[in-house]
Amino acid sequence: MFIVDYIKTVYNASASLLKGMRMTGYYFFNHKEIITQQYPDVKQELPERFRGEVVMMHDEKNEHRCTGCTACELACPNATIKIVTKMELQPDGKKKKALDNFVYHLELCTMCNLCIVACPTDAIKMAQTFEHSVFDRNQLTKKLNATGSKLMEGVE
Amino acid sequence: MLSLENISKSIHETLSASLNGTLVLLIEMTIAGVLVISLFAVLGLVLVFMERKVSAYMQIRLGPNRVGYKGFAQTAADTLKLLIKEGLTPDGADKFLFNLAPLLVIIVAMLIMAPIAFTKGFQLWDINIGVLYVSAVSSVGVIGILMAGWASNNKYSLLGAMRSGAQIVSYELSAGLSVITIVILVGSLSINDIIESQRNGWWIFKGHIPVLISFVIFVIAVTAETNRAPFDLAEAESELTAGFHTEYSGMRFALFFLAEYVNIFIVCAIGATLFFGGWMPFHIGSWEAFNHVMDFIPGIVWFFGKVFALIFLIMWFRWTFPRLRIDQLLNLEWKYLLPIAMFNLLLTTVMAITGFYIK
Repeated sequence: MFIVDYIKTVYNASASLLKGMRMTGYYFFNHKEIITQQYPDVKQELPERFRGEVVMMHDEKNEHRCTGCTACELACPNATIKIVTKMELQPDGKKKKALDNFVYHLELCTMCNLCIVACPTDAIKMAQTFEHSVFDRNQLTKKLNATGSKLMEGVE
Repeated sequence: MLSLENISKSIHETLSASLNGTLVLLIEMTIAGVLVISLFAVLGLVLVFMERKVSAYMQIRLGPNRVGYKGFAQTAADTLKLLIKEGLTPDGADKFLFNLAPLLVIIVAMLIMAPIAFTKGFQLWDINIGVLYVSAVSSVGVIGILMAGWASNNKYSLLGAMRSGAQIVSYELSAGLSVITIVILVGSLSINDIIESQRNGWWIFKGHIPVLISFVIFVIAVTAETNRAPFDLAEAESELTAGFHTEYSGMRFALFFLAEYVNIFIVCAIGATLFFGGWMPFHIGSWEAFNHVMDFIPGIVWFFGKVFALIFLIMWFRWTFPRLRIDQLLNLEWKYLLPIAMFNLLLTTVMAITGFYIK
């Protein structure tokens, strides 16, 4: 019957439209479902393994664990890290290679985490910071080891 | 008692006491014009903000909440931005028509404002064919849209305008037929008579099923006539960039934008007048005490309450339903709405003759 089909079409269309309206109506009156985050005011807790930038850990005596072995520099796929070493005079008169400048190009980094995996002494890690915008590109080239810092005792 | 009716009356009396008739008329027309323009400005600000908030909450977002208290100044800031933008006229455009189109659209919106009764005795122009006037003048708006599409010298604009023309001309029919349902029951085209006939209950309750059907058809048809989603084929951001106002910028664009929201207000005001009794408070038949309590709420509150409830309904449609294709759009009108509206008209006529409605 044509007329029965016709009425059925109208009924089904109205029913499905009302179902959709019920959904949006529920969202309109129930604000607990809102997924928007008020970013600069309320900062979200980031996941533990979030990769923001590479940093070097220093303890309270301003000592780091980097021996300057360049394992991270070799592991880096796009030449983000450049390690400058110097020869340091030991107390016993011997000369030993030590880290002078850990250059990190944030603008080149893809946050692949290979340098952290490659590091034999766990000197570097990924930080959770992500607000990296600056006005000049040069500011993205960073020196990771703090001035005057030296190698921690016992790290070889 | 302080009411809008008394204020307008006292202004008229003060002016007529010292000036002659023509001057009084001119001054009163100026006052009315200023009031209408300021109502437009306020409506634009309020409705755009309302739309953004409603859409945000329906899409599980927050919406504007930074500018001013809870984002209330957002639309004012947007308007300020539009005011200082350059109004560009593209090369190869028909300059005269291009500049005329936004004005035409906004003037049509202003003209429809004339017979709308805001509260008892507060109406710009009380004519005895108010409903006919509204449906006649509202059709002129499509000429502005076609003009804008044609004069822009842009294929998207022209396509959008042509679609809009087909759509508005089609949906005018079922909107008109659903309006006639009420006119049959009232027996008058005057807005004031229609409101007065609902003193013992609104038509949506008194006319039960046929009026309910015609209300549904009316809401669908006016949603299409104001070019809003799910019928926003004329604008269709994803296919036609912005349809007929692709080439417009600055204040001319703002006029189109304003006209869209004012048109929503107007069609909702007409819907509220026809089906929900305009400024008439909620009355139930012969319950004198209840009716008297309801009369304490002023008519302007009832009017704007009903209008904004209908506007919310139309916004609800927009943020729920997906856009129709052009063939689906015309199918809906010519195969469903129009036959149902015609059948409903017949039903209403029978009902009016046999008196099978709540009097």
